[in-house]
Amino acid sequence: MLEVNKENFEAEVLGAAGPVLVDFWSTKCDPCMALVPEVETLAAKYGDRVKFCKLNVLENRRLSIGQKVLGLPTIAMYKGGEKVAELTKDDATSANIEAMLKEHGR
Amino acid sequence: MAVRECDVLIIGAGPAGLAAALYASRAKLRTVVLEKGTPGGQVRTTWSMENYPGFARGMTGPELMDRFADHAKEFGAEIVRGDVATVDFGGDHKIVTTRGGEEYRARAVIVAPGAEPRTLGLPGERELRGKGVSYCATCDADFFEDLDIVVIGNGDAAVEEAMYLTKFVNSATMIVVHDEGILDATAIIRDRAFKNAKMKWVWNSVVEEIRGDGVVESVVIKNIKTNERTELETNGVFVFVGTVPKTDFLRDHVELEKRGYVVANELMETSVDGIYCAGDARVKYLRQVITAAADGAIAAVAAEKYIHEEEGFREMVLDPKEPVMVAFWSPTSQASLDFLPRVERVAAAREGKLNLVKIDIYKNQRVAARFGIAEVPTMAFFRGGELVEKVCRPTNESELAAVADKVIGG
Repeated sequence: MLEVNKENFEAEVLGAAGPVLVDFWSTKCDPCMALVPEVETLAAKYGDRVKFCKLNVLENRRLSIGQKVLGLPTIAMYKGGEKVAELTKDDATSANIEAMLKEHGR
Repeated sequence: MAVRECDVLIIGAGPAGLAAALYASRAKLRTVVLEKGTPGGQVRTTWSMENYPGFARGMTGPELMDRFADHAKEFGAEIVRGDVATVDFGGDHKIVTTRGGEEYRARAVIVAPGAEPRTLGLPGERELRGKGVSYCATCDADFFEDLDIVVIGNGDAAVEEAMYLTKFVNSATMIVVHDEGILDATAIIRDRAFKNAKMKWVWNSVVEEIRGDGVVESVVIKNIKTNERTELETNGVFVFVGTVPKTDFLRDHVELEKRGYVVANELMETSVDGIYCAGDARVKYLRQVITAAADGAIAAVAAEKYIHEEEGFREMVLDPKEPVMVAFWSPTSQASLDFLPRVERVAAAREGKLNLVKIDIYKNQRVAARFGIAEVPTMAFFRGGELVEKVCRPTNESELAAVADKVIGG
């Protein structure tokens, strides 16, 4: 998964040609850590259609808040420079993320 | 579907489940712990952990839980990632399936699913979750560095979490329903909070609504004395108003009270034989790490005893080919003590054709209850694993002998 931050978010996420998934996470967020293997499994399955990125919110707090992310875990999808879908907290389950990828990963 | 057998299956790896795992695996029982997230349960989301005996300042919730998990694993317990889909507690083997498609067959199950933060159902609360509304200080504190937040709740957990948040935020405004100076939190925590310069207090008030376009912008506060409503600008709302048990998967399987907590006795036995409950999901007075761990230890020891008793009963009573006469007696019943020599004579006269097993109903209440043994002495006859005859309080030896011969003649 591609590590994105305040320097490359614009180019890698907003400027990307196809759909992009961004995993907002932090080392202090246990549910995020628990979700890592599941997101990686999905990355292996959908990686050819969707660009998978992760963003450490501790190092990119302003950027996260600018994206209206104020809680973890949050998994968002972007297309054409805009956020098109988002799952947060308990909704951020493997099954829900896969459904989001199916809907927006084209 | 992959099927795995074990002695004790523990559902949930919080302090209750992990303590149970430690005790069960140390008793040489094959022990598997199912956990859908990271081991540690709610303690994972609690930073300051200063009331677990032996650990004063400096111990954190996640660190303590890592130690619990390591300790259980040291004795051989296995912690497996899995989310329970269905349970079947009806048979000798308790069957639990996971959403990942595994099936576990255990001789006893300890349910320790814990609880999760209660939500208030306020307008805006659901919509703004993860957008400034939070139930977990350690998860989300960083977002609110130098910002202003509101905290709903005033019990120990609420005040402690708010104090943790003051290390990050500019201010934490506590909305308290009580009169000025009164908190549900204990005195030591209250006094510390009142000295914290970053904490502000709004008394006699409740939050009615959380507002914001995409992210939290304000809350509407109502003074319950004057009914006056005010709007307070804020960047975040932290809600700490107690918990609800995560017991939906147990509904229709074990007895729950009306709020969903599992009803269990002092031995952590639920309404179903071989199913135990430990920790916050149980009806209890105090929900803390130490009481969860204590529940876990008791449940594991009770489960171990249950497994051995069941194994003994199976070997002695249900498995033998020849008929078995089970004499239920009690040390508190003189009549049953007086009758035992006669029972022994009846059995001795039929040696090789009839086995005798004596069961103290005081020590084996569960077995007695299962076969409806309410009075002693009662002699129950088993053949091929089935109860075939019962003689309750026989008046003399010949009455019992007649039934014994009838069973042998089969």
